[in-house]
Amino acid sequence: MKKVIKIEVDCAVCAQKCEEAIKKIEGVESCSINFMTQKMIIQAKDDQFSEILKQAHKAARKIEPDFEMEY
Amino acid sequence: MSKKLKKRLIRILIALTAFIVLFVLDKILVLATVIPGQYGWLLAFALYLSIYLYIGYDILYKAARNIAHGQLLDENFLMCIATIGAFALAIFRALNNMEVEGFDEACAVLLFYQVGEWFQAYAVGKSRKDISSLMDIRPDYANVYKDGVLEEMVDPSEVNVDDVILVKPGEKVPLDGVVVKGMTTLDTKALTGEAIPLEVGEGANVISGSVNMSSTIEIKVKKAFYDSTVSKILDLVENASSQKSRAENFITKFSKYYTPIVVISAFLLALIPSIITKNPAIWIYRALTFLVVSCPCALVISIPLTFFAGIGGASKNGILVKGSNYLEMYNKANIFVFDKTGTLTKGNFVVTKVFPEDKKDEILHYAAIAESGSNHPIAKSIVACYGKKIDTDYVIEDVQGFGIIAKGESTIICGNEKLMKKRNIEYVQADGVGTCVYVAKDDEYLGYILISDEIKKESKITISELNKLNAKTIMLTGDNETIAKSVASEIGLTQYKASLLPQNKVEEVEALLNNKKKDDVLCFVGDGINDAPVLMRSDIGIAMGGVGSDAAIEASDIVLMKDNISDLIKAKKVCKRTMRIVHENIYFALGVKALILILTALGVFGSIGMWMAIFGDVGVAFIAIINAMRANKKINN
Repeated sequence: MKKVIKIEVDCAVCAQKCEEAIKKIEGVESCSINFMTQKMIIQAKDDQFSEILKQAHKAARKIEPDFEMEY
Repeated sequence: MSKKLKKRLIRILIALTAFIVLFVLDKILVLATVIPGQYGWLLAFALYLSIYLYIGYDILYKAARNIAHGQLLDENFLMCIATIGAFALAIFRALNNMEVEGFDEACAVLLFYQVGEWFQAYAVGKSRKDISSLMDIRPDYANVYKDGVLEEMVDPSEVNVDDVILVKPGEKVPLDGVVVKGMTTLDTKALTGEAIPLEVGEGANVISGSVNMSSTIEIKVKKAFYDSTVSKILDLVENASSQKSRAENFITKFSKYYTPIVVISAFLLALIPSIITKNPAIWIYRALTFLVVSCPCALVISIPLTFFAGIGGASKNGILVKGSNYLEMYNKANIFVFDKTGTLTKGNFVVTKVFPEDKKDEILHYAAIAESGSNHPIAKSIVACYGKKIDTDYVIEDVQGFGIIAKGESTIICGNEKLMKKRNIEYVQADGVGTCVYVAKDDEYLGYILISDEIKKESKITISELNKLNAKTIMLTGDNETIAKSVASEIGLTQYKASLLPQNKVEEVEALLNNKKKDDVLCFVGDGINDAPVLMRSDIGIAMGGVGSDAAIEASDIVLMKDNISDLIKAKKVCKRTMRIVHENIYFALGVKALILILTALGVFGSIGMWMAIFGDVGVAFIAIINAMRANKKINN
């Protein structure tokens, strides 16, 4: 499943780091964070999708506490 | 400006004012000597420290937190080390009865760092807003007639196909449809970049997202909201730039190595020369300066910002680019493959000759019967030319790639030379340029109809511009060799392929893709009708006249909103400018930082090293961002 998610992240470097961290989560097939449009395109296995989103949020928050995402 | 940003600005302004006052006072009174005695410097230290804490508490907090998360090379952390180190050095000097200096610098580094951060956030927010307002074509509501009663402010997604909606002056057309009552002028600037308003009257197709300028019209809805032009475009824009360009990927990789390398060299710079020269204060100061320059912010922010601004600048010109990678690739595009009909030519087929002249009515009569069931422009032009009522008691068989056989009272054979040969009909070879339709009745040859297609006036100039750039321009067409040759030579194309069936076009493009060099970029330009597979297969698929053609918008990578082929050149200019700015920013930021690092290590700056480092960090980011925003401007031919 592939989904475009609205996010809020304040700095470009943080966005990169969050992307890297989310890519490392098990079950995530691809992840691309666009800092300029404040969007994240994430692709992950269907059955764990919502669980993965939660993990992604957690992983990103660990890097940037202001990281917000709508899901 | 967002609330968060405003709050930060106020904090910065307070700190900046306090700093300037303090700095001037310090220069006049020399704060460290106001209170006499050995610990007189404590006054200066305390005052600068309080401003430092006021402006930097969040950074100190973030740094501490990120260390807890194991992120040592975080920019906040580096700034803290640099500034705390600078304070420590200043205290060290004071304690050793040297001239008291350096408190102001330590405070200034963090202050200006915050200024820079704020400015970045502001610039990014502004360009984001600029570009999204440009795309502010989403209609908020529709006024719809339900059982003859007008209901205002209805959600456009609740309007059904064939409903009649009312659009008042100043309102956006919410759904695609046909005008059934009234006439007005429409502003389609946001959709196509076209400044001249469009006049529409009854029967005219209107597209959602255009703004009604003069008077009230009623529109019969032809497409549901999620299918309408505006939804397709918004979807495209909002999900654009999911593909990153090579320049962006380079920066990402680069920043990963840049910071650790600078930090390690800072560490070595503090350690080795200090041991050798036994003068650690100078070398530690230089090392701290390194840390200030170690942040790759300017680059990391300005490159995607430039691409984003470039995509915005393109859409101001009525060119939608689906991602920064396409912007980068299109700049290098050097093989242009064109579909002929509708792209290079107008596609408005007109019957120009019927031969022999004396059998004109008979030929047209039979041809019209055969072609009446087809939607092909050639068929339509024959039917239109005949203009009389058509006998429909025929069974029509479409022979793909050959023509049509209609069986009824008699058997009508209507098609190209191949069809005539296939049926062993003797025919007279047509002369003249255009598409030729041979007509025979009961295997007896009657004559031919010649249909031509007008070349667009922009085609010639566009192709000659592309040829000037040493690009290969190739035309693919289903027309015969004669027509293809004449059109190709008139427009000035470097190559053409004639007599292609729709499926052959994909094969031709495949072959071109296989034969191209590694750095070549192949674009396919089409009008989006029947060429979705080719658009997707080529390196860059460019659809023209994107407004109104959903398939084209989905399948292509660049959409020319206006049906104007010369926008290819405009797009080239936009991409070229954007890439130039990207490169300027990369070289400029790296160059200045490298220069500052080298000069600092050599001690050229002396005691103003840290001020130079602030410029290297904040100043460079500032200039790079301003430069990036240039990509957002409209191109004036």
